[in-house]
Amino acid sequence: MLLSELWFLLIAVLFIGFFFLEGYDFGVGMATRFVAKNDLERRVLINTIGPFWDANEVWLITAGGAMFAAFPNWYATLFSGFYVPLVVMLLLLIARGTAFEFRAKVAHPKWGETWDWAIFIPSLLVPFLWGVVFSSLVYGLPIDSKMNMHGVFSSFVNPYTVLGGLLITLLCLYHGLVYLCLRTTDDLRDRARTLAKRIFWILAAAAIAFVVVTFFVTDLFTRRGGWLYPIYLLDVAALILSVLFLGKKRDGWAFGMNAGVILLTVASLFIGLFPRVMVSNIKPAYDLTIYNSASGSYSLGVMTIVAVTLLPFVLGYSIWSYTVFKKRVSKKEHLEY
Amino acid sequence: MDVLSLARFQYAATTIFHFFFVPLSIGLVLIVSIMETMYVVKKNDIYKKMAQFWGKLFLINFAIGVVTGILQEFQFGMNWSQYSRFMGDVFGAPLAIEALLAFFLESTFIGIWVFGWDRLKKGAHLACIWLVTAGTSLSALWILTANSFMQHPVGFAVQNGRAVMTNFGALLANPQLWVEFPHTIFGSFATGAFVVSGISAIVLLKKKDIEFYKKSFKIGIIVGLSSGILLAFFGHFQAQYLVQTQPMKMAASEALWKDSGSPAAWTVVANINTKDHQNSGEIKIPYLLDYLSYGTFSGNVKGIDTLQKKYTVKYGKGNYIPPVKTTFWSFRIMTVMGGILCLLGIVGAILLWRNKLVESKWFLRLMVAAIAVPYIGSTTGWLMTEIGRQPWTVFGFMQTAASVSPNVSAGELLFSIIAFIGMYSILGVVMIYLFSRVIKQGPSLNAEETTHSDDPFDGEAYHVVTE
Ligand code: HDD
Ligand code: HEM
Ligand code: HEM
Repeated sequence: MLLSELWFLLIAVLFIGFFFLEGYDFGVGMATRFVAKNDLERRVLINTIGPFWDANEVWLITAGGAMFAAFPNWYATLFSGFYVPLVVMLLLLIARGTAFEFRAKVAHPKWGETWDWAIFIPSLLVPFLWGVVFSSLVYGLPIDSKMNMHGVFSSFVNPYTVLGGLLITLLCLYHGLVYLCLRTTDDLRDRARTLAKRIFWILAAAAIAFVVVTFFVTDLFTRRGGWLYPIYLLDVAALILSVLFLGKKRDGWAFGMNAGVILLTVASLFIGLFPRVMVSNIKPAYDLTIYNSASGSYSLGVMTIVAVTLLPFVLGYSIWSYTVFKKRVSKKEHLEY
Repeated sequence: MDVLSLARFQYAATTIFHFFFVPLSIGLVLIVSIMETMYVVKKNDIYKKMAQFWGKLFLINFAIGVVTGILQEFQFGMNWSQYSRFMGDVFGAPLAIEALLAFFLESTFIGIWVFGWDRLKKGAHLACIWLVTAGTSLSALWILTANSFMQHPVGFAVQNGRAVMTNFGALLANPQLWVEFPHTIFGSFATGAFVVSGISAIVLLKKKDIEFYKKSFKIGIIVGLSSGILLAFFGHFQAQYLVQTQPMKMAASEALWKDSGSPAAWTVVANINTKDHQNSGEIKIPYLLDYLSYGTFSGNVKGIDTLQKKYTVKYGKGNYIPPVKTTFWSFRIMTVMGGILCLLGIVGAILLWRNKLVESKWFLRLMVAAIAVPYIGSTTGWLMTEIGRQPWTVFGFMQTAASVSPNVSAGELLFSIIAFIGMYSILGVVMIYLFSRVIKQGPSLNAEETTHSDDPFDGEAYHVVTE
């Protein structure tokens, strides 16, 4: 395997990690309006992700940093091309991050409520924006011979990308609800489960629609059909299994199965892209690929050694942090946020 | 305004804002770690209260540091895409390593620390906060590795019109890094220390919780004084290194138009005329520039005009002179701040030693005002470093004008500037409000010793009001 291919894989892994981890805390953020009925219940929900959300976000930061280091042209084209959507996403992330920390710091209902919206709205919109970004990567963007993208509103926002955005949002919501079944007690847990079972149907519909539309509007299936058919079959199977487990109150299994759904969905986009990283709709010759956007082999080699050395530690202490907080969060407990 | 000026303005504004929170995060977490260590060693609960109280301020500050940092990470691609294409091979690596090595560490263990008071053994809990301290300092190390490369590029070659890394070791061994990193880190420690001492002084003036705040003040002064001295030392080394690697920045920070001749005097103040390349009303201290530049009392420091001629030959036609006034005054203000920090540290240590601190109201008032000093020092320090490097982004290899994104319009930039400045203003106001609130509420020393009820923002407390 070439180093550039390895780094393509690693960046895919980082994004999968991001959607898997931050995905559930986005979902919990959305659930603060759909599952919780009062302030105390909202606090319980937020406290289930309290110790984790910041580290989850670092998966995104690391993906960005790795992209910069391994594929500078990808980083430059993507982030300058999606300028306005990114500005919006950054504003949302800024509001959301500070909201967790600030909401319980002042004992006034208006204060808490304001910050609760600052948690809910970004939790809803940020996954949507990422769905839009990823579906437009495979759909094709106006990238010119100098690798610069001159996007207008309709380059990002069209029926296909909106569908992609909806799919990712629903996936995160469902993921967050299953997570809540694992981490809360009593009626909160029951409500999360009931809602998850309902959301499942909308999610399944969106997923099927997305795959069908992808078949027609992108070249993913003509290029990688051999991979994608089995992947989407497995994907559907995992999703169905997850809801079945949920019905049987085997929440751990349900969560694991949905982790599989996220993994397969994100992986399918990366596999469909490979070896391209951004598709140009002006001319295939202008596509950004892992070959024309990668760093030199020396730099990639250094980065590989560093990543291979550090990742096991990161995974190790992340897993440890989950064992420290494996207890369910209930209304009787001391709530930090 | 054109895209370049807007991009520069946005970058400068958001980065300065990020660095408003960074030094306090780095410095305060060290002090909280020291306090918790004393709690574990001495088994005196007051130190636990101290760690929790100052920890609360740390968390508020840290939250803003984190979210403004996310913007920084994306900003290179958004506004400086040409720069990212040209330099990513070299510059991206330290950034990625920073995320893997430092950001994961700090964000994971801060979560465990906040939520883990009654779930972990004392020793394990203490280890968590020290790991956060390590994380923040490692983060500074790696981001400054990237910045040092821009000041003094090493370990790379230009191939096919792009910079390519050839020697990672050289990047890490960059002498620029080993003066810049300690200077920045000790500046950050000093920031944390003077904030702790300054806030303690506010409460000591009201004669409240004297034991608690005197102990805090003491830790603050000790950390502050020692970092202040080290800070000045490394600043001096930086100046010496600067004369060799970026003589133009040194000349600009001295407003030295013509060669100084030997021995060189240090200009304290001057009225600078950038049009005619001359100064009036200068006040000079003989020999001092030589000492600053070479560590000796003789030697010639090159002037701006000489260097401009030299660079024109080397790099082609162009203007290689950075904004002289900004560089000159930033340097002056920073060094004065350094002097003030050391002086206050010494006086504070003496007063503590003689047990006269609480009576010395004049000094406590000074310490309150001195909270601003390290912030002014850091900001002017970065202004000098980054503006003095202009017109280069990477010294000698890439100019700022060539770095900017070609596909981002002025309108888009205007939108983002307004949006970010609006958002940041709100954050600034909220942060000041929360700080003053937490300080007013104090450490709640009388509450019984459980982590459940000593939190004034505890669930119950909050709930009562909402019902
Ligand atoms: C000398 C120190 C220093 C400097 C010059 C910078 N930062 Fe910073 N940054 C930190 C020191 C730091 C820190 C101490 O690690 C922070 C600040 C406060 C905090 O909460 O963590 C942080 C947070 C922080 C985060 C969020 C990390 C998280 O989620 O835990 C990101 C992505 C960045 N920074 C990125 C940058 C970039 C791209 C910079 C270049 C302009 C930059 N920082 C300048
Ligand atoms: C946090 C402290 C920092 C501050 C306050 C700061 C400030 C500034 C300022 C004011 C400029 C604009 C100069 C001008 O345009 O006239 C600038 C430029 C720049 N700095 Fe920094 N800087 C900091 C740290 C860094 C670090 C750590 C890096 C690299 C990792 C960096 C990378 C850059 C780049 C790429 C530019 C070019 C853009 C430009 O010239 O405007 N800066 N910085
Ligand atoms: C005691 C006198 C001081 C001296 C002689 C000094 C010297 C210097 C020099 C020469 C630079 C520029 C380095 C370069 O461009 O390569 C610098 C930068 C800087 N200074 Fe100072 N400084 C002093 C005090 C302070 C104080 C009190 C602070 C704040 C707490 C501070 C914070 C900074 C920062 C953040 C930078 C930018 C980062 C860097 O290049 O290290 N300095 N200082």
